[in-house]
Amino acid sequence: MINLEVPKKFATLVGQAHQMAAEVMRPNSRKYDRAEHARPKELDMLAAVIKGMNEGGALSGAGAAGASRSQNGDSADHAGTRNGSNLATVLSVAEVCWGDVGLLLSMPGQGLGNSAIAAVADEEQLQRFGGKWAAMAITEPEAGSDSAAIRTTARLEGDEYVLNGEKIFVTAGDRAELIVVWASLDRDQGRAAIKSFVVERDNPGLKLDRLEHKLGIRASDTANFVLSDCRVPKGNLLGSPEIKAKGGFSGVMQTFDNTRPLVAAMALGVARACLEETRDRLTEAGIEIDYDAPPIAQSAAAAEFIAMEADYEAARLLTLQAAWMADNGKPNSLQASMAKAKAGRVGTEIALRCVALCGTVGYGEGELLEKWARDAKILDIFEGTQQIQLLVIARLLLGKSSSELK
Amino acid sequence: MPRQQQNLTERSMAIGLKALNRFAASPVVDRLGLRDPAERFLYGASKTTVRTAASAGRTFAAAQKLATPARQPTTKPSGLFDLTPTDEQQMLREAVRDFALHRLRPAALEADAACLAPPELLSQSDELGLTMIGVPEELGGAVAERSAVTAVLMSEALAQGDMGLAVACLAPAAVSTALSLWGDEEQQATYLHEFVGERIPAASLAVIEPRALFDPFKLQTRARPANGGYVLSGVKSLVPRAVAGELFVVAAELEGRGPALFIVEATAEGISVEPEPAMGIRAAATGRLTFEDTSIPASALLAGARPEVYAQCIQLGRIAWSALAVGTGQAVLDYVIPYVKDRKAFGEPIANRQAIAFAVSNIAIELDGLRLATYRAASRADQGKSFAREAALARRLASERAMAIGSDGVQLLGGHGYVTEHPVERWYRDLRAAGLMEGVLLV
Repeated sequence: MINLEVPKKFATLVGQAHQMAAEVMRPNSRKYDRAEHARPKELDMLAAVIKGMNEGGALSGAGAAGASRSQNGDSADHAGTRNGSNLATVLSVAEVCWGDVGLLLSMPGQGLGNSAIAAVADEEQLQRFGGKWAAMAITEPEAGSDSAAIRTTARLEGDEYVLNGEKIFVTAGDRAELIVVWASLDRDQGRAAIKSFVVERDNPGLKLDRLEHKLGIRASDTANFVLSDCRVPKGNLLGSPEIKAKGGFSGVMQTFDNTRPLVAAMALGVARACLEETRDRLTEAGIEIDYDAPPIAQSAAAAEFIAMEADYEAARLLTLQAAWMADNGKPNSLQASMAKAKAGRVGTEIALRCVALCGTVGYGEGELLEKWARDAKILDIFEGTQQIQLLVIARLLLGKSSSELK
Repeated sequence: MPRQQQNLTERSMAIGLKALNRFAASPVVDRLGLRDPAERFLYGASKTTVRTAASAGRTFAAAQKLATPARQPTTKPSGLFDLTPTDEQQMLREAVRDFALHRLRPAALEADAACLAPPELLSQSDELGLTMIGVPEELGGAVAERSAVTAVLMSEALAQGDMGLAVACLAPAAVSTALSLWGDEEQQATYLHEFVGERIPAASLAVIEPRALFDPFKLQTRARPANGGYVLSGVKSLVPRAVAGELFVVAAELEGRGPALFIVEATAEGISVEPEPAMGIRAAATGRLTFEDTSIPASALLAGARPEVYAQCIQLGRIAWSALAVGTGQAVLDYVIPYVKDRKAFGEPIANRQAIAFAVSNIAIELDGLRLATYRAASRADQGKSFAREAALARRLASERAMAIGSDGVQLLGGHGYVTEHPVERWYRDLRAAGLMEGVLLV
């Protein structure tokens, strides 16, 4: 039966995530925006508290680790539909990002690499890597969105893979305990040969090159690495080592079906923070928002606010849809990319328009709006840019291969 | 569920819902193969009734009156986020979509030019039982539960065929739904039996007035208490099937009370009607209604002018228009996909170009966002939650994003999109209505 309200059973989870966002994220937002590259130690305490709760604890879904294959231990609570960990995770991620998206990305144990592990690791690997903070290393200087073109190689030598190459833009790469590295087993075999490997952060073959200075999400470290004869045990390859001509790469890409709704959820969190702040400022300025009166019959500011809310609503429901489909074992590549595309772009648009509506209050560093407008932009870029999402969606809708629709 | 199936079968007319039920619910048979005989059965038996201004003289007389007004009960949802329609909704939607794609779509071009829905098509639509969906079972309705979501799914499916014809088909259903939701036992007894009978009256919900920045909460049409009843004066714009109309529900400012709804029979003195064709939804035969000191009885006032009822009426109307935008938007998407894959330029399909492909992606994204926002507003209405905000947001998306879909639909076909040989130019015109109209429809 069609119902698009968030179920009551998630109220505690969302409430706790909100509390964390309001009491830990927000008060530290400006501090770590200014102190780029300083480790937010407040989060270590928080992570310890979360770890202290049992696995099923309400906040366990507050990061990327919560998104995973369907039916991940959730029991169907109603014949017909399932509201499980994917839905719980997008809700809590959005809530924490209402507090601060940079700090969420710096949450120990909640890296995007954790999603990759959760999505494709076998039982033994889950045992070894579970509970550790895992970053994701895909991008290279010559391969960004075109992840099939990555040059990092992995060569099997005895019981070890030897990795060589360069990785850039690794979110939480300096602070994480594990780095999930994408590398090619055989560059002549193209995308099918690309596999992901778990590399311990303290592996001597993994050298930190530098940390980036960024437009926003400065609380989050963005690391560049050089891998030189970096040796990892054979068992650190995630998924099958076999190079399949067909479908091999899709296993790697499958991770994105789980993580794209998460990035969409991050954008929702930032957008809602902007909307709430702006609503307060507009109220102070004497602007009332009337949902019954047509927007054209209201002030331009009120009409603009309703327009922003409408796009927020569309992005939010697209995100919930993608997560709900994942929870119910429905293939959701199309919906995950639609959610990411819509949330990524409206997140940025909303943040920038809110800055404009609030004038110098929005633009000045006295409030957080200007920071949110800087933070929001990354969400339309990482885990697949806006343009990559449109490409993924178009290929699926039009039935085009990547060689036909480039 | 078995109970609902039973009711559907019992309550629907001999042909119509019952037959559709049988055929639509049969998963084994190839429905495409079966459809033609099914339709011959369905539509061959239909009585063609041409309604003209002369037939607007129907007299509405009370049938058996209940002690209290009948209302459809609502179903309590499980509380879980769920995008799955019920089996009954799924069945109705498929039946209506078949009708829309195979009956409405082929008739749309001509109906648009003629500014008239073919009478036989309206009869067929009446037999579908659209006006019965919102009517309580005690009064002959077809569906056990009140569900705005069901009405949204039906509206969406109809508009996938053609928005103008969908409006023509749905206009009487808005009146039967209004009477079911808000009518007292007297009003229900007088009018509702006509909407579950053999010959459904042409009826419309008239809210919008012809002026810039129109706000349905600030009406210029007035209702003045006089002689124990009311006197109406004012102008209503783009009223579907106005010339043929037999019954109207009219929004007017009740002196000292605020905006309210009045049941007005077409035979009342002082009503003039003229055709008012517009850019789109032309098949709905839109017209302008002018009330000049039209006297109506005290019993014409709906829901005692309760402000929350009027607000709900406006909100449910906006959700309905958003649902139509979803249906027509889907028609655009389904049409442009094969077109851009077939159309070649510079030696390959234009779909191989990002400029084209991305436009298709954006249609799909915005369409799905609008659809979900519309479903949410309707499902909140069904759950008795406030839905003013959600209706406003869905409407905003219909007004801007669906409009852009119409525009992109034409653009993707280039010059071919601009000529009536392809339906996209009509959808361009129709989609403008969805974010601008008030009233007319109810979910």
